[in-house]
Amino acid sequence: MSEQKGKAGVRELSPIDVYKLLPKTNCKECGVENCMAFATKLVNREVRLDQCAPLLKKENEKAYLQLKDMLKPPVKEVTVGVGDKAVKLGGKLVMYRHEFTYTNPTAIAIDVTDEMSEAEMLERVKKTENFSYEYIGYTLKLDMIAVRSTSNDPEKFKTAVKKVVENTKLPLVLCSLNANVLEAGLMAAPNAKPLLYAATMENWKDIAELALMYHCPIVVSAPNDLSMLVSLSKTLLAYGVEDLVLDPGTFPGDGLADTMNNFTMLRRAACKGGEELVGFPILGVPMAAWLDKGEAADEIVKWREAYLAGMLITRFADVLIMHGNDGWSLLPNTVLRQNIYTDPRKPVAVEPGLKVFGTPDENSPVFFTTNFALTYYTVASDLESSKMNAYLIVVDTEGSAVDSGVAGRKLTAEKVAEALKAAGIESKVRHRKIVIPGKASRISGEIEELSGWKVQVGPRDSSEIPKYIIDKWQP
Amino acid sequence: MKTLASKKKDETPLGLNLSPDLLDLLAKFQEIELEDFELEVKDLELWLESGGAIPRLAMPQAKLAPALKTGKPTSLLSTQFTPPIETYPGKVMEVKLGATRGEGGTRGRSVIIGGETSPAFYSFERPMVHPPVVTLDVFDMEVPLSKAVKMHVKEVVGDPAAWAKLAVEKFGADMVTVHLISIDPLLKDATPKDACKTVEKVLQAVDVPLVIGGCGDPVKDADVFAEITETFAGERFLISSITRDMDVERCAKFVKKNGHVALSFTPMDLNLARELNRRLYDFMGKEDIVMDLTTAALGYGLDYAFTNMERAKLAGLMGDLELAHPMSSGTTNAWAAREAWLKMSAEWEPRELRGPLWEVTTALTLLLAGVDLFMMMHPAAVKTLKDVSAKLVSGKKAEACNFVDWVSVKP
Repeated sequence: MSEQKGKAGVRELSPIDVYKLLPKTNCKECGVENCMAFATKLVNREVRLDQCAPLLKKENEKAYLQLKDMLKPPVKEVTVGVGDKAVKLGGKLVMYRHEFTYTNPTAIAIDVTDEMSEAEMLERVKKTENFSYEYIGYTLKLDMIAVRSTSNDPEKFKTAVKKVVENTKLPLVLCSLNANVLEAGLMAAPNAKPLLYAATMENWKDIAELALMYHCPIVVSAPNDLSMLVSLSKTLLAYGVEDLVLDPGTFPGDGLADTMNNFTMLRRAACKGGEELVGFPILGVPMAAWLDKGEAADEIVKWREAYLAGMLITRFADVLIMHGNDGWSLLPNTVLRQNIYTDPRKPVAVEPGLKVFGTPDENSPVFFTTNFALTYYTVASDLESSKMNAYLIVVDTEGSAVDSGVAGRKLTAEKVAEALKAAGIESKVRHRKIVIPGKASRISGEIEELSGWKVQVGPRDSSEIPKYIIDKWQP
Repeated sequence: MKTLASKKKDETPLGLNLSPDLLDLLAKFQEIELEDFELEVKDLELWLESGGAIPRLAMPQAKLAPALKTGKPTSLLSTQFTPPIETYPGKVMEVKLGATRGEGGTRGRSVIIGGETSPAFYSFERPMVHPPVVTLDVFDMEVPLSKAVKMHVKEVVGDPAAWAKLAVEKFGADMVTVHLISIDPLLKDATPKDACKTVEKVLQAVDVPLVIGGCGDPVKDADVFAEITETFAGERFLISSITRDMDVERCAKFVKKNGHVALSFTPMDLNLARELNRRLYDFMGKEDIVMDLTTAALGYGLDYAFTNMERAKLAGLMGDLELAHPMSSGTTNAWAAREAWLKMSAEWEPRELRGPLWEVTTALTLLLAGVDLFMMMHPAAVKTLKDVSAKLVSGKKAEACNFVDWVSVKP
């Protein structure tokens, strides 16, 4: 490939180079102390370029465009859908998550087809839209609906798409290799900016025309043929289509190694090689697992589809299309996605000290937990959802969980006693009883000795706290 | 609205539609010679590249617009994708686990882990040298097990030899981990001699290499490991594990002297891992060390574990010798996540599937980070991990032609 190289990765981009192009007025209009600080924040992606008002003036246009190019991510950000529910795909700045935070969590689309009964179709749409799980302060959701044409009949597809857009605001992926079918679908959703699947070596021209007419992003598909993929990408860019998504094929069987290799090569070529023809989001299709279903039970195929989705989330997929919509298979994957896309710079620990839940009085229970973020959020969310009135003392364990804290002596009776004192809890409750995590039972005696409080060993998992309090709590 | 079909009609092939003005401009500013209007694909590429530069020539906008419209390619602009292959100065150590009779032990076979010269499964770059290995957990006494796991092992709980046999013969384990929970001073406080008897029974029951797991008490574990390594000298057990709060010198010496392998365990901090490895180097060779950087469950810190392991593998390949050891993962920790075992509302059930999928997802994520040895629990999770790694190392090619049929598949 002879395409332009050298787009700076995050690592190479220095705040000084960015600063040089800023107006250097230190006007603070952006809300940041001075231009140098703004430059640093730009490099760290904590502010947007457009927040610098003077830069938007005519005389600074050249610098603005230069900065925009400098800050352009190696993987283009492609928007699907319109309004609140629009989904941004890609926009990746780096290949590995330890280099910088991953942007735009892998969007998950669940399919419906134009031959499903209306009831089944709407039930699937509703289930996708209603999917919701509260996890350490985040709400895990699904993102899109993929409408597939299994009939290859434009009228049927049009009717199906119409039904879907009438019932959901989630962005769509319209799936058919027949341009006439896709166009019929677009007529039912002319302003919805769906993602079109797909332009191939056979139909790329017709699909490109649709993309231009309806202003939609398109998937470029070349199964296990990266040279064809970049050729299509090059052709479509020349055609004037700007928003592409790459589909190198997903092969759940013998081609699994090829699948992982293709995703990895595409992402490396974009992020490390600066190859513009591959600098687009990548689509994974875990539902390809349904192709060689054979005699296998549905659960087995759903299982394959689910673990394949997980591998693709880990290996660079920016959007996934799935058929299985069971909670047991989607929960691990939505949690995995949240994990992989967490800011790795985020500290493992939360602020120690006293936290109050509900409106506790002098008879309310007192708990303690560690300041490991995941432990704290788990306990906090259990206390919140039970609507309990309670005090929770967060002990500074330097970010250790309860069991590893006890084993590694980061959670000691001394620390618990100190934390009790520092929290001033003695003046807030009349009793002198503390409920400790079940996994800290080893140090219960020492806590009693050092703090003078009576210890009640609580459950090993905080989900059982509400029941425990009903059964065992006496102030 | 104008449809695609009607649009097609007023389209003509590119060559016949080029405006003379544009050609003049191209000839003048771009020094491109166009002999005639019969454009070949190659010429077209050239033309388009200069087309991209047109806005920089201060030409009237009115003329630009129709020119771009006619600039749409009519045939594919072929180009090649060059695989982005890298080389690395470092290589992960190869470590052999278990010893056959010929090698001084009693095992039917030994296994080798590590030896990578590329990141995990970058097989476009270099093939994986050794496939990942799975060792199944066997406990020497009753422990709390989740329902999803218990249903598969309830017949053998409390009988480590029978459990080990089940793990190897039915669940396809490459190795077995004997967890000596009963030695915990807070539990049964079993003696080192008792522990040796348990190990002996398991050695008799199966012929795969063993991992010997302690109870987590740094003093008691060292005493028990001392007795076991000496009693079973030459077996090349993986001793799980040597930690910073143990007497590292003593442990390293008895592991080395009796021909075993040390699992160097640290709590999610690469600097601590380097430090412990350095302390071990004083007494044993690099080929006798596997490292465990701590596995956190999916949803409960897997992100930290994943990135830590991915960084360690990349660092090893980049020449950081102190991290160039094969990695082991206590994947069973996946079950510490409540979503793996908890009875939840109907929409998330059955937990008999959710639980093992939790373990599989944890395992596969870490497989892609570069883990070489998986300590696992659920038979379905083990089977999946083995199937996936077999596919990843097989070198078989994708059957690309069927793939797009997913669009019309009727499940």
